[in-house]
Amino acid sequence: MAVNVNRKKNYNLILGGGLTGVIMLFILIGIFYTPYDPDAMNAADKFAGVSIRHLMGCDNFGRDVFSRVLEGSRTTWLVAAGTVFIGTFFGVILGALTGYYGGIVDEILMRVNDAVFAFPSILLALTFISISGSGRYQVVIALGIAFIPSFARIVRGEFIKCKNMDYVKNARLQGAGDFRIMFVHILPNTLTVLLSAVMIGFNNAVLAEAGMSFLGIGVQPPDASLGRMLAEAQSYLFRAPAYAVFPGVVIILMVLGFSLLGDGLKNE
Amino acid sequence: MAEKILEVSNLSVSYQERRKTPFEKKKSIQILKELTFSMERGEILGLVGESGSGKTTLARAILGMIPYEGEIVKAVSSPQMVFQDPYGSLNPARRVGWILEEPLRLRGKMDAPQRKERVVSMLQRVGLDEKFADRYPRELSGGQRQRVCIAAALMLEPGLLIADEPVSALDVTIQAQILELFERIHSEMNLSVLFISHDLRVVYQMCDRVLIMKGGQIVESGPVEEVYFHHRHEYTGSLLSAAGIVV
Repeated sequence: MAVNVNRKKNYNLILGGGLTGVIMLFILIGIFYTPYDPDAMNAADKFAGVSIRHLMGCDNFGRDVFSRVLEGSRTTWLVAAGTVFIGTFFGVILGALTGYYGGIVDEILMRVNDAVFAFPSILLALTFISISGSGRYQVVIALGIAFIPSFARIVRGEFIKCKNMDYVKNARLQGAGDFRIMFVHILPNTLTVLLSAVMIGFNNAVLAEAGMSFLGIGVQPPDASLGRMLAEAQSYLFRAPAYAVFPGVVIILMVLGFSLLGDGLKNE
Repeated sequence: MAEKILEVSNLSVSYQERRKTPFEKKKSIQILKELTFSMERGEILGLVGESGSGKTTLARAILGMIPYEGEIVKAVSSPQMVFQDPYGSLNPARRVGWILEEPLRLRGKMDAPQRKERVVSMLQRVGLDEKFADRYPRELSGGQRQRVCIAAALMLEPGLLIADEPVSALDVTIQAQILELFERIHSEMNLSVLFISHDLRVVYQMCDRVLIMKGGQIVESGPVEEVYFHHRHEYTGSLLSAAGIVV
């Protein structure tokens, strides 16, 4: 049923969904097929320009940039998804418990939360990496922990808002236990807010991963990641500009697509 | 003599005022002061009083939602409540069918098809079509929501129903329909209802007996006719004249 006759088309949703879809498609293709082996070096093609043979040119070892972008965006995407998953999972549990029960435990946990929140996520992850060593799994865990507080805070706020509603009292009268009230009655009401938080969190995670890899503390060579490629490309910015441009553009499109999608979903 | 379904004796509820500094003495404010009354099975008992007189506190104490002193003896296992605001008492994220099934799910005695069947028959009992099971609360009007709330409260066949200003948030024509529904369900299910209201006309229409509350105390009680026409306490008189009821 068309209710709003003059309703504007949700361009954010369309554009964001389209962009994200295209990127996801490329990542999926990259799992099964890349034009070249992303790690294969070929001295003859060193710094090759953009051509039919090498769609995005070649890097300083003669590796095909297009193949490496495919692999690198997969790494970046997976790291971001893992980060957001850890952050959301523990953030929801922490936020639900503190928001629902309140009291002294809430005070203590939220002050710890604030302390973690006060550090820039990169700095926190850097500390973790320096203890645990670097690698993609360590990056996921480090960023994941750094992302927990923001989700916990959002969920806690929603729980505080909902826990005194009459429908919660009603559920209690009907004999529902605390955990059932928290995760079956209240949690579904936080999903809209949580969804936009996940979208924003995902973008931040993409940028954080790229930033860490750029600094050399993220994904380690020879694994490709968009941030690493940018870091390597900056030494050859003038000899092979394509090497820096394409990974950068993919990061931008990935983040832009997700932001628009998040915005679009919020207005839906 | 009919069986007593609820006996309240010397019920007091007080609440600790928050201290501004740790050196202050803890002050406690008494909201309910030694209430004693009882309720018979199958009766509709009206509870009338101005805002802040402790009506809702009394309801919450009976339901065990707040700590109290004194004694409350209930002859029923799980009394249910219908809240004043039909917009806040239905979970906005769940469909009506889910909301109505939830009490049965929590008891865990029925399987899914049986529960669905009960939901449909209960919807019909409160005058709603079975299609409403697939709707979200936001798609319903205030009156329809209140019908769903009543249905949800009746799912467990509670015996005692506490209705806290169930029609105050509704407009007059819908009020009449919901009151009619209460009366019909009361006679069909032999339900006891504690009917909280500040509207004396509604209470006169609905209730068998009435308690008048003021400042946490019951100032007058008795059969509706007697209290309305031969009131002994001046507060009852002022309530009646404020409501435009001339006796």
